[in-house]
Amino acid sequence: MSTTVIDYTKELPVVEGRPTASQIEVVVTAPLDQFPPRKWWYAFAVTLSMLSIGGFCIGMSLYKGLGLWGVNQPVGWGFDIVNFVFWVGIGHAGTLISAILFLLRQRWRTGIARFAEAMTIFAVMCAGLFPLMHTGRQWLPMYLTPYPNQHGLWVNFTSPLLWDVFAVSTYFTVSLVFWYLGLIPDLATLRDRTTSKIKKTIYSIFSLGWRHSNRHWQHYERAYLILAGFATPLVLSVHTIVSFDFAVSVIPGWHTTIFPPYFVAGAVFSGFAMVQNVLIFVRQYFNLKHIITLDHLEKMNKVMVLTGSMVGYAYAMEFFIAWYSGSQFETFVFLNRALGPYSWAYWTMVSCNVIFPQLFWIKKIRRSIPAMFLIGITVNIGMWFERFVIVVTSLSRDFLPSSWGHYTPTLYDAGLFLGSFGLFFTLILIFVRVLPVVSISEVKAVVEGAQPSHH
Amino acid sequence: MSTKQLYSITALFDSPDEIIHAASETSKAGYTKYDVNTPYPVHGMDGAMQLKPSRLGFFAMAFGLLGAVSAIGFMTWVTLIEYPLVIGGKPFWSWPAFVPVSFELTVLLASVLSVVAMIVIYFKFPNNAHPLHDTKYMKAVSSDKFGINIQAEDPKFDEKAVTEFFKSLGGKEITPVYFDEDELSHGQKLFDPKFIGILAVVAVIASGTTYFIFNQLMFMPPFNWMMTQEKLKAQKPSELFSDGIGMRNPVDGTVARGFLPYPFKGQLDSVGKYLVNPLLPTKEVLETGKQKYLTFCSPCHGNFAQGDSRLRGQFPNPPTLHSDKVRNWHDGNIYHVITEGQNVMPSYAPQIARDDRWAIIHYLRALQRAQNAKESDFK
Ligand code: HEC
Repeated sequence: MSTTVIDYTKELPVVEGRPTASQIEVVVTAPLDQFPPRKWWYAFAVTLSMLSIGGFCIGMSLYKGLGLWGVNQPVGWGFDIVNFVFWVGIGHAGTLISAILFLLRQRWRTGIARFAEAMTIFAVMCAGLFPLMHTGRQWLPMYLTPYPNQHGLWVNFTSPLLWDVFAVSTYFTVSLVFWYLGLIPDLATLRDRTTSKIKKTIYSIFSLGWRHSNRHWQHYERAYLILAGFATPLVLSVHTIVSFDFAVSVIPGWHTTIFPPYFVAGAVFSGFAMVQNVLIFVRQYFNLKHIITLDHLEKMNKVMVLTGSMVGYAYAMEFFIAWYSGSQFETFVFLNRALGPYSWAYWTMVSCNVIFPQLFWIKKIRRSIPAMFLIGITVNIGMWFERFVIVVTSLSRDFLPSSWGHYTPTLYDAGLFLGSFGLFFTLILIFVRVLPVVSISEVKAVVEGAQPSHH
Repeated sequence: MSTKQLYSITALFDSPDEIIHAASETSKAGYTKYDVNTPYPVHGMDGAMQLKPSRLGFFAMAFGLLGAVSAIGFMTWVTLIEYPLVIGGKPFWSWPAFVPVSFELTVLLASVLSVVAMIVIYFKFPNNAHPLHDTKYMKAVSSDKFGINIQAEDPKFDEKAVTEFFKSLGGKEITPVYFDEDELSHGQKLFDPKFIGILAVVAVIASGTTYFIFNQLMFMPPFNWMMTQEKLKAQKPSELFSDGIGMRNPVDGTVARGFLPYPFKGQLDSVGKYLVNPLLPTKEVLETGKQKYLTFCSPCHGNFAQGDSRLRGQFPNPPTLHSDKVRNWHDGNIYHVITEGQNVMPSYAPQIARDDRWAIIHYLRALQRAQNAKESDFK
């Protein structure tokens, strides 16, 4: 009987099997020193083709204009904005893992933080692409910023679209700095390991001359804490502001106060699904199963049940408020979502986001790689459809039935979306080959026996 | 080889416990110019080395405040002083709308500049010419060893004593590290012609492309579409429509906002019963009425509606509007005359919007009352 008692006060080992510091280094840096194997090249070829399809669509949209897309009156926001919100959301998991879990002293984050942060940066790059294309005059991006110009005009500081420009660019910059800060000690380690002269020069430049000095570690750790402290409200603000793009308007179905928390929960939800999906491959192919353990994946799945349920609650609450508000338009929009021409999208969203992730309550499923992979994919599909439902259903049928319309994306829309995946995975494939996917110094510090025993 | 100088004596340890012990012994022995190098931050090391807590937080606070103040200040200047615009009927200085941008700028400056300050001020980076670089010691602490080194600059430094001291602590691979003064100073020349050359090339390329994009590219096809694209211009023909006329008539049966057809044509006598002035005689309404009256009615009816036309002789003189007849009319009757005209007085419906006509009537009533004031009006 006594064997069934679990001691919850004792934390499970973060890294399995007590590897030594040099063993950690060897596994993590192995991919950087070898010529990429066949499989990698196959994958790279696929993602690069996707990227070129996207590049072609971007070129055509630049040359011919946005008439190539499916957007028109009344649905002026289509795939472009859907994809923007989708990708920004994906990015949020990275910051959550690297900053929020850091503040909460969740030591298990060390194994996956680096990778998740990289995903944040790549996802925000994909996200940024879409609003930029959406402006239609992509060669005038400076109009988005307040700079002294010949018109004597400034940007509209009361517009959520402008807040978005500030939020997303700040988010990108801070994430990049955060990521780079974490990389500095690892780059120094790489510098001291490598035998190639060219690599050594590159690593030397980017490690800035880091010497692992404790007089530096002291400030470094403080800087990390400060950045985590800032990145935490930042990440919450970013998706809040993205949701303002909708919530501050007067379109029924958008004009709701639940949007900020609902969007943030959804972002974390989809982000974790994406991180989980990609990490499953990474730990498999780079032999990192003892560093990115099944416990990590399970914990991410737990976060997904939580955020998935929050999203489900938001769906229910939207319906309740639509009825409770007594607003005819509000009520109509939600009935139209569930029963109208886009009901297939709505029910895809509900089943993928609310129903399937509930399977994670079962421990067996939470710890089964194929099962969690499938659920992770459905979550991403569902979260993409969530944005589609929000953007398209509200716009296609708002107040006046005479100005209703239907939105049908074109092949160019699909091509751009495919292209963004191409960009994302191409960047990831390059990343796993040129930089350590796991923070070497952080993992060394959390292996059992890495810290003084009296501590 | 002759210029080589001693930088420090280094020693390596295998475990975190040992290095903590070594560090606290070193600081207790009174050495000040020493450093501990570990592949990752070891808990409790700051205490062992007796380091003061990092002050980086103050930088973050200063930069954050800078971000907040400059964001709020800038937006205030733009919206209140430089180019005030009414947006959405909100006040010029609608501060709640400034919260997101101020927040983002606070975070941006606080985090990015703190890191820059740390790297530049505390670390004095980038610096790849430190004596410890490329030593066996550096390679060891980069990987899995824990190192300590006492520098020759330390006032208590003595090569033999330090070596003995490290030995007594159980240090391994106790080795001196040398540096070459010439070599070190060589790497840090800022005014290296090569470096300046690269900077100049970068500057020329950056400004050249910026100039090209903004001043040339924008005026080349396809980027000059805005100028050449098909579009409708007022008073110009258009091939888009079958009749070739660019300006379109409203669709049959449409009614523009504020232009409802007048339903009481020719019914001056009965209209008073149906039409009621929808406006209240507020100050603003009277002001509008006065302005419109002076513009449209006064040339014929005179400034005070006494029929003293400024057009005397060129147009039939209108009657005074202070007659009992007009004073006893309903507002609707006057409205009818403005809208329909009466005999030689033409209709003013095309010139004067509906609400403005009613405002004129209020003003006219005020004029009538002023001209025919009763005793009670003075109370
Ligand atoms: C072009 C000169 C002219 C202008 C401008 C003009 N009126 Fe008249 N108005 C006349 C004349 C002339 C008459 C007398 C018509 C008639 O013989 O019945 C008249 C008659 C009237 C009457 C009827 C008086 C009565 O005793 O039957 C009213 C009321 C009146 N005008 C109001 C206005 C108002 C209000 C305006 C300004 C919107 C205005 N008029 C502008 C020339 C003008």
